[in-house]
Amino acid sequence: MSDATNISHDREASFGDYFALLKPRVMSLVVFTAMVGLLVAPVAVHPMVGFAAILFIAVGAGASGALNMWWDADIDAVMRRTRLRPVPAGRVAPDEALQIGLALSGFSVVMLALATNLFAAGLLAFTIFFYAVIYSMWLKRWTPQNIVIGGAAGAFPPMIGWAAATGGVAIESILMFALIFMWTPPHFWALALFMRSDYDDAGVPMLTVTHGRKATRAHILAYTALLVPVSMGLAFTSIGGPAYLAVALVCNAWFLKGAIAIWRRDEVQAEADNFRVEKEVFRFSLLYLFAHFGALLVDATLRMTGWI
Amino acid sequence: MAIRAEHELHRRRLSRNVGLGVVLVGFVGVIFGLTIAKVSTTGAIEGFDHVVRPALVEAGE
Repeated sequence: MSDATNISHDREASFGDYFALLKPRVMSLVVFTAMVGLLVAPVAVHPMVGFAAILFIAVGAGASGALNMWWDADIDAVMRRTRLRPVPAGRVAPDEALQIGLALSGFSVVMLALATNLFAAGLLAFTIFFYAVIYSMWLKRWTPQNIVIGGAAGAFPPMIGWAAATGGVAIESILMFALIFMWTPPHFWALALFMRSDYDDAGVPMLTVTHGRKATRAHILAYTALLVPVSMGLAFTSIGGPAYLAVALVCNAWFLKGAIAIWRRDEVQAEADNFRVEKEVFRFSLLYLFAHFGALLVDATLRMTGWI
Repeated sequence: MAIRAEHELHRRRLSRNVGLGVVLVGFVGVIFGLTIAKVSTTGAIEGFDHVVRPALVEAGE
């Protein structure tokens, strides 16, 4: 780099900044769901191979996170929630984020292919492409349905985990995909309702801006209603069990109740109690997903120990 | 400026260098573990080298 002298030393990137480029918080969800997908699959995987598979899926997710930060640096700089990210804060150069993203993408796909199989690696490659190109570059700034279609990128990990174990696709892995896919819109729209100004300032077409907040409330209810049959359907596949069924019943009842409450409220009510219900539903939606995948793991353990 | 063994740059970048070192050592560990796992689950392995292989010799030969 010829202009190295222009870099101010106090803003130089630490190792943590490069790690932050990989969106570790998103990665934790990817690791968890991919691990469940791999462990509930009917094919036993050597623990070391399973560990490596999840590691490389996580690296692939991190790579797409770095590509997203490279492309979205202009949006991130405007939004309060994201303006301290390494690229908008000036600690990591945009080119560096791009290079790290591309290098880790190739690395993770090749390594997953070597550790498991080509099908799982292909699925990972498609996921990275889907998140970085289709979602970040194309849909995010173009349509308010960005959340719906972009949610597919976050929904792939359990399918990749399942593919790493079995080498293919099954109704169970498709339903795990559908569960995250249908869950993402109500989860993010609940967030968009109380994080109002951010997306407006950045010019990202959020449903709250393009179709109004009333329409967003209706959309949350509609997608939650569509989520329920997917969640319940998974209970009656080979990977469902008593723990999953119980968790799904309770969580869906609660989530649906919250979605109806959001739908019934208007802006005056919401502002009066500082978006209490919206915040509650958002927080619960996180628990909803973790509880579902956690329950799948419990049922897999019960099956393995011969309890059911 | 006198030439010193340790430039100020080295101290500034210590965290990055140590971090990268840990990642690389970890990667070596993962590859080693994968090798052990793959080789030990493949079953008995015969090398195709210049050694008499009893399995290929028919009984009574």
